[in-house]
Amino acid sequence: MAEIIAGVGTSHVPAVGAAIDHSKGDQPYWAPFFDKIAPARDWMAETQPDVCIVVYNDHASAFSLELIPTFALGVASSFPPADEGYGPRGVPAAEGHPEMAWHLAESLILDEFDITIANKLPIDHGCTVPLSVMYDQPESWPCKIIPLCVNVIQYPAPTGNRCYNLGKAIRRAVDSWPGNERVAIFGTGGMSHQLQGERAGLVNTDFDLAFMDRLVSDPAGQAQVPHTEYLREAGSEGIELVMWLIMRGALDDQVREVYRAHHVPTSNTSNGLIILENAVSVTDPAAA
Amino acid sequence: MTGTEPQPEGTTGRQPRDYDDIPGTYVFDGQHSRRGYALNMFCMSLNEAENRDAFTTDPSGYLDGFDLTPEQRTAVEERQWLEMLQLGGNIYYTFKLAIFDGLSMQQVGASMSGVTFEEFSQMMIDGGRSADGNRYQHEWNAN
Repeated sequence: MAEIIAGVGTSHVPAVGAAIDHSKGDQPYWAPFFDKIAPARDWMAETQPDVCIVVYNDHASAFSLELIPTFALGVASSFPPADEGYGPRGVPAAEGHPEMAWHLAESLILDEFDITIANKLPIDHGCTVPLSVMYDQPESWPCKIIPLCVNVIQYPAPTGNRCYNLGKAIRRAVDSWPGNERVAIFGTGGMSHQLQGERAGLVNTDFDLAFMDRLVSDPAGQAQVPHTEYLREAGSEGIELVMWLIMRGALDDQVREVYRAHHVPTSNTSNGLIILENAVSVTDPAAA
Repeated sequence: MTGTEPQPEGTTGRQPRDYDDIPGTYVFDGQHSRRGYALNMFCMSLNEAENRDAFTTDPSGYLDGFDLTPEQRTAVEERQWLEMLQLGGNIYYTFKLAIFDGLSMQQVGASMSGVTFEEFSQMMIDGGRSADGNRYQHEWNAN
């Protein structure tokens, strides 16, 4: 059967994508950030998942206010980068995995997660920047990608608890897929940031580090945190962090924290990255 | 249903929410979304290159194609970034207009929070706006 081998939590800041696209990584502003993510890229190159399920939110790119699905799963064979107003990012289209994605959709719906099925889904920075963070600039992404788009723009976003339980349903779906794919799941967005209003620029590093701690050791507790606490403590756009709980739900209850990075600022955002592996891998011979 | 009717404060019985006391923050809930539908959909249209060209060529004529209130239209024409939010705009949508203008999120953030770009940028480099003193409206009223 297919196996979830790891979870990655990462911010998806557009300016990070632009820094990569325009080779600004050596500039004084960016070098400290890219130094911090280098070990994550090394881990990714070593781990080589076959499939990445990327949980992200669309930012008025594929979806507008005309139609606002809370959860939408991409089942296409290819996902082009979206035009967010600058022209599309110069990154490869993401190759999908329609067979597995349809299995996930069917499994999730029968598991009572009534997910929207997307056959056409241009992916914006929410999905492409995490790929750039982990893979840098390959000619093609070295894995198949299944995007899972979550509404966090139109209030209310799904609750943390709903997200955490969706992750568990994704785990059941992957476990029941007969292929032998090694799957990584990304939870993206955050960390604390507020783009809008007179309070723009809010950053709460204490909240972010506590969130990562609890993501590892007490995800069910973190899943109970209400939206207003995120809005107040982590900024209006910090609510994106509920998407990390989908990633966490797909992992074992016990996980091993492989790597963590945190950096302020990347543009207006507190940038976090965490890599989690199941504490006992089913492929670990010692566990057999 | 156009979704463009501005809802007068106090007459439609807006339900209080527990996030109402977060200062300087416009939570994009249903009431906000209804008020801003046409404004946000105008902004969304700028995702398409041909629409950007049309807006460049004839801004006024292009705006005629959207059912904006006079206040929203003025806010767009005068690039009043904070007012757009107060009139139902969502930052991810209004930022499409900022992209059209060649502005960065930090430039828009500076405008919305009433400081210069240099001040805003330096605030971020210094660790951002602290949550302390910025969680509740009464903390702002005291100052």
